Amino acid sequence: MATKSQPRVRVPATAKAGEIVEIKTLISHEMESGQRKDADGKPIPRKIIHAFEASFNGKVFFAATWYPSVSANPYQSFFYKAAETGEFKFTWKDDDGSEYAATAKMTVA
Amino acid sequence: MTMTSAGITRRQAIGSAAIAVFAAALAPRLALADEAAVAAELKKLYADKPMTEGRIKLDVPQIAENGLVVPLNVDVESPMTAADHVKAVHVFADGNPLPQILTYRFTPESGKASASIRMRLAQTQTIVCVAEMSDGKLYSAKAGVKVTIGGCGG
Repeated sequence: MATKSQPRVRVPATAKAGEIVEIKTLISHEMESGQRKDADGKPIPRKIIHAFEASFNGKVFFAATWYPSVSANPYQSFFYKAAETGEFKFTWKDDDGSEYAATAKMTVA
Repeated sequence: MTMTSAGITRRQAIGSAAIAVFAAALAPRLALADEAAVAAELKKLYADKPMTEGRIKLDVPQIAENGLVVPLNVDVESPMTAADHVKAVHVFADGNPLPQILTYRFTPESGKASASIRMRLAQTQTIVCVAEMSDGKLYSAKAGVKVTIGGCGG
């Protein structure tokens, strides 16, 4: 059972220079911990998103390493100090090697 | 390091004895981490560097009804300038199958060393948070969470 991982991000469309804005991200993912067993008692292999990264205009400003203790459909919120107009890029790295990405634009007045 | 005549250090001897007791006590059940596992992870990261309590606001519910989704909010007090900012934050749990929960890496551009997430907790336990500052100083905080229904399927 693998749902397609769909990222969702919420970023303010505009900000003042120097303003600290909150960014909220959510991605659908079962975050299989590797601790559970299936009906036959066989362990279900681990499959989680283990790395998250947020960058602005190509520069990484926040990163997270996740372990199996992170809940399914991981929600992550954090902050960014607005300085210039540009684009956020968010990436999630799966144990199976796939990568999910989302982008969002922010205008600084 | 001084060696005993048997060629094993005292620390090694205590360590293996502790592992044996731990394994015997928990072998039939789901192997869960404990305080020693959290301490061992911290030692791997920062050796025996001293830690000061404070500067961290660790926001977790006192009672979590559902261990599958427990909100966790970490907020570290810091000016977040290039000269003085929070570099990393590690969160550990002493009663989950794995001691680590997550690691955050902050930069001065983060503006605020604060982040929220939701975590799984297998049982009632203590959450330990350690923050590393840009000058290398370490701060720590602890919070207990009572879990009504555990969140790590067995």
